[in-house]
Amino acid sequence: MANRSVDPAALEMLARADAEGYSTAFSRAEQMKPCPIGAEGACCRNCYMGPCRLVGKDADEKRGVCGADVHVIAARNFVRAVAAGAAAHSDHGRDLALTLLAVARGETDGYQIRDEAKLRRVAGYLGIPSEGRPKEQVAEEVALRLLNDFGRQEPGFVSYVSRAPKKRQEIWARYGVTPRAVDREVVEGLHRTHIGVDQEPEHLLDHAVRTALSDGWGGSMLATDLSDVLFGTPGARTSAANLGVLKADEVNIVLHGHEPTLSEMIVAVCQEPELQAYAVSKGATGINLAGICCTANEVLMRQGIPSAGNFLHQELALLTGAVDAMVVDVQCVFAGLGELAPKFHTEFITTSPKAQIRGARHIEFDEQHAREIARQIVRIAIDNFPNRRREVHIPGYKKDLVAGFSHEYIEYMLGGRFRASFRPLNDNIINGRIFGAAAVVGCNNPRRTQDEATLYIIKELLAHNVLVVATGCGAIGAGKYGYLQPELMEACGSGLREVLEAVGIPPVLHMGSCVDNSRILTVLSAVVAEGGLGDDLSDLPAVGIAPEWMSEKALSIGTYVAASGVYVLMGSESPVKASSEVTEIMTRGWEKKFGGRMEFEPDPEAIVRKALDHIQAKREALGIHQAKERELFDMEKRRELVV
Amino acid sequence: MSKLIATRGILGAHSIVNKAEAKLHEAMDAKGPNEPVEFPNTGYYLPVIYGLTGMKVEKLADMEPVLKLARELLPEPPRERVWLPYLGPLLDAGIATLFAEEIHEACRYVVGPPPAEGIWLGAATDVIMRERGVEFVDGRAPGFAAVVGAAPDNETAVKLAREMQQKSLYVFMAGHDRGRSFAQQLADEGVQLGWESRLVPFGEEVYSQIYSMGFATRAAMAFGGIAPGDYQRILRYNKNRIFAFVIALGEVTDEWYATAAGAISYGFPTIADSDIPQILPTGVCTYEHVVSNVPHDKIVNKAIEVRGLKIKITEVPIPVAFGPAFEGETVRKVDAYFEAGGGRSPAFELVESAPMEEVEDGRITLIGPDLDQVPEGSVLPLGILVRVAGRKMQEDFEPVLERRIHYFINYAEGAWHTAQRDLVWVRISKKSQQRGLRIRHFGDILYTQFKSEFLSVVDKVEVTLITEEARVRELLTQARQRYAARDARLAGLTDEAVDTFYSCTLCQSFAPNHVCTVTPERVGLCGAVSWLDAKAAYEITPTGPNQPIPKGECLDEVKGRYTGVDQFTYTASRGHLESVNLYTLMENPMTSCGCFEAIMVVVPEANGIMIVNREFTGMTPCGMKFSTLAGMVGGGQQTPGFMGIGKSYIISKKFIRADGGLPRVVWMPKELKEFLRAGIEERAKELGIPDLYDKIADETVGTTPEEILPFLEEKGHPALTMDPIM
Repeated sequence: MANRSVDPAALEMLARADAEGYSTAFSRAEQMKPCPIGAEGACCRNCYMGPCRLVGKDADEKRGVCGADVHVIAARNFVRAVAAGAAAHSDHGRDLALTLLAVARGETDGYQIRDEAKLRRVAGYLGIPSEGRPKEQVAEEVALRLLNDFGRQEPGFVSYVSRAPKKRQEIWARYGVTPRAVDREVVEGLHRTHIGVDQEPEHLLDHAVRTALSDGWGGSMLATDLSDVLFGTPGARTSAANLGVLKADEVNIVLHGHEPTLSEMIVAVCQEPELQAYAVSKGATGINLAGICCTANEVLMRQGIPSAGNFLHQELALLTGAVDAMVVDVQCVFAGLGELAPKFHTEFITTSPKAQIRGARHIEFDEQHAREIARQIVRIAIDNFPNRRREVHIPGYKKDLVAGFSHEYIEYMLGGRFRASFRPLNDNIINGRIFGAAAVVGCNNPRRTQDEATLYIIKELLAHNVLVVATGCGAIGAGKYGYLQPELMEACGSGLREVLEAVGIPPVLHMGSCVDNSRILTVLSAVVAEGGLGDDLSDLPAVGIAPEWMSEKALSIGTYVAASGVYVLMGSESPVKASSEVTEIMTRGWEKKFGGRMEFEPDPEAIVRKALDHIQAKREALGIHQAKERELFDMEKRRELVV
Repeated sequence: MSKLIATRGILGAHSIVNKAEAKLHEAMDAKGPNEPVEFPNTGYYLPVIYGLTGMKVEKLADMEPVLKLARELLPEPPRERVWLPYLGPLLDAGIATLFAEEIHEACRYVVGPPPAEGIWLGAATDVIMRERGVEFVDGRAPGFAAVVGAAPDNETAVKLAREMQQKSLYVFMAGHDRGRSFAQQLADEGVQLGWESRLVPFGEEVYSQIYSMGFATRAAMAFGGIAPGDYQRILRYNKNRIFAFVIALGEVTDEWYATAAGAISYGFPTIADSDIPQILPTGVCTYEHVVSNVPHDKIVNKAIEVRGLKIKITEVPIPVAFGPAFEGETVRKVDAYFEAGGGRSPAFELVESAPMEEVEDGRITLIGPDLDQVPEGSVLPLGILVRVAGRKMQEDFEPVLERRIHYFINYAEGAWHTAQRDLVWVRISKKSQQRGLRIRHFGDILYTQFKSEFLSVVDKVEVTLITEEARVRELLTQARQRYAARDARLAGLTDEAVDTFYSCTLCQSFAPNHVCTVTPERVGLCGAVSWLDAKAAYEITPTGPNQPIPKGECLDEVKGRYTGVDQFTYTASRGHLESVNLYTLMENPMTSCGCFEAIMVVVPEANGIMIVNREFTGMTPCGMKFSTLAGMVGGGQQTPGFMGIGKSYIISKKFIRADGGLPRVVWMPKELKEFLRAGIEERAKELGIPDLYDKIADETVGTTPEEILPFLEEKGHPALTMDPIM
């Protein structure tokens, strides 16, 4: 039991679940061992001559019915996983593009262009003239242009590829992995892995790369940008995380899933005095919103709505008996909620036309009636407040936190409005105060102790002066233990600490949801452009780590980050372990081609060691591993400086 | 920790913005919203506001939107716990502070108390800014120190000031520590304050440091050619070009923190003598941002290191301080222990080259008595004879080296030198005499300076100083022959007679796209670099800012267009300029950095041009003052019809030859006209218009075309009947 989680709030709720006989992902994972064949990628279910399992001592000699060896099978499975992950992120992006288009055309209820400056910046990325044009006109063109990045058939590439450093674009072009269009890559990935099509592992994996890049530099990146345009670019704000944010005397509505569109509207309508009064009329003292998973991150980053926890907290929240409604949209929502919710009084509400769950009430969301739908949902929650049947048990654990570190805000916080830039970051990496940077991202996975690896890795990296940024459930994880509090800079190495103290930031920077991993790509590209740290992402002393990943989206993210030139360490066992060849391609092969690699490493200590070694190697390659004499500038030297 | 700085800086910003608001209300109540407001004799409106926002403040009401912006920029101080990042907000507060301080100071010009009063100078005029700006451009001034507060005692203050002067830094002083100010401390000790001595007292309150920031902002616009409102480049220009820093002496108040935060956005760090928190990580500034608790004997060096400044100092073995900062120091007659020349006694100075074997390196000879042998108030004859030898020495370099004598002697504290050749006039102060300065030391100065600055052309230097009248008179005759021979050679030096011109990109440290082409008949627009100077400079530093430009093919003899010049200009301007005509201001004229001595502008009504020198602050017939005009021609832009020039170009034979030459000139300030009288009359004679001098109008005739036209017609000015200039 103790190895289920290191989070005392989780343990408290799990004790309640055990005592009262409720199943959770934790207990189900204990009861259901993973299928060992599928876990390693050696099972092929792509046609019905099979499924074929290539296992045993002579697995390498075995062939499927069609003659495919384990390498082809593992590669095909990987392509499919990446395609699914890329599809999930990108479909999310598509919906935001459609929302923006609807806003531009005045076809929504209550949505608007909240961040016009960002809209114009996005237009700039796309080469769309924006000066002097009304924002709606610009927005329409931006939306249409980005929608074309999904279904483009004619020659051309995903627009945002051009935001990568030049050298990076050339590398992609050299290996033919520059993504053409999101839908096209996903469809082609499914086609290629159909029985009897692409059966060469490296060729298959190149397509996995291209598909993943269409996510990272396409669907995800535009999802981030358009969310910022519609709901505002995040800036630093305070909030709190863990189950303790639920309130016994208020109507608790938990927003779970991934998209910001409906949740933003719910946040907005909850401010309405009528609904506030309505809540009071039902005996509550107010309405309390909290998030789970990446919807939590979206509304946390922009509105400061607290997070009730990460992925594995979704059932635990219901177990408090205090959740009057759990409103979900897409991705990472447990089917188990449908069975659990009725055992409490919780109204479990699905809202996406794409996702219905047995046991949930479905209230379908659309932008034309957004405000009304949001009100309806809030009213249902309020109506449900008096129905709390069970003893309310909210664990007294929560930590205050600071979130909202969009790349725009990071630039701002380093120099104010007039000197915003990444220069201080680069300078302090070069001078060694900051040893390197790590993105600690990803999910929870009940196959591992919740948050344990994430926490350990963060702690170790900080002690070694590595600046840590986080997204997704990893970020909420960091928040639950106080790493998103500026006070916790004590935990850092002295150099890093000096920088945190100068800027006033927490040791871990929360950069958003899982689509917001694209923000990390943007930051890294900006750091390269700022100068002094090489001319490509692969030159940077940086690593990407997903200690507790579990979803196909994580594989897509890992792949696009590696193909962008970054060393990626994925916690837990490899989904391609069965194939030495595929493992080789993802590690040494990608390293050679793309300068980044993806490794699966279950041991957190090994992850830390590898990450630090990698950063050291990159520092040596850049020639910044040793302290340099301070350069003093005479007139001649000054003439060389750019103004 | 930094959070404390953020808290106090933000509180200080609130306080200053409140005060500025109150001051503005006071001014509005007294004078009304339409009352004009400016820093006297400056372009660029209120320069920090104009530079960073593009907003022009011309009347009191214009300050309101600026103040509103400052308010928007003002953050709340960081919370006790779970605080939000505070560096960015602190820097915003710093900028808000600068806006507020500039408003506050400008309002003082309207309703008082007047900023320039007592020892305090207030805003630097454009004349000063451009004159002094040149020193920042060419490296004579490596940077400035903005000193806030006061030293613990006067002695320390003087020591610090001298140390900074010796390092050639400008010292901008404002703000007091519990009633005592650094500038007042220096004044009490009889130290000469002012732009000449580089010890500039701006004002008693820390707000007056806004003039430092204004100086820096104007430099970016005037020399860097950066558009007002392009705040990113203006601030980056300052970080990478203007090596300034803040020295905080005494108890650091909230308002000091706020002002220092404003300076940090310019890349200017703060070094404090008190025990305040530090901000060491780098990035906004080149190195650390705040360094504290530095003892006074280390604070100047520490500041220089923190700012990343490299200062070349040559040790001169004399008993007084030495450095460019002392150049402008005057020695009044009553303070002089001795003087020579200036019509009071025979005197001269001469540099001559000699064969290697005839020069004994390092030999310094004094013929006649020195200052320990003559009584106070003596007038002595003086000969300064410097003989140099070197494989790369050329006779042509003699005048180049000789002109440096003026600077080198002036660099010594308490030594004063003016004019040149046989017109030279020298004094040494009583104070310096008491400290042991002797005439003999001129030899040490000239020896070490020539050896360090002209190392690649002079291998040997020997100095002879003569105070014995008969010997001075004897050598004076020889010297005059040498001067005459030189002049004859210079007269023959024409653009046609040489096949190489020289570039001057000295100013590119300030004006990145500007390129001067210096020809025998066209001096650099700053007036400081002649063709011979450039040639010598190239010999001295072959990779330096003066590069030979092979003339190449002449494409247009009248306009002065050469393939070599075009090619060089294109490359050296980083592709900004494709072509330059040397002898016209109407088509692809030469660009300006910002340190021009004068500007000429077409006056279409008179079919001629007018010229205004930077010392003239009045209105001119083109409807603009020098300061406004300067904004249009600086920064390496080609603006046909406008051009910055060196004064002596006006009397060159090549002076805008394509546009009609000297006879086009219809207006000049009287002072400039007088200054060039001999040259103008000579040229006029050559041109067959002997009375041209009297036909040129000046401000006594008028400062509008309507006022000068009748005069020109009455005098029959030749421009009126020339081909249309436009």
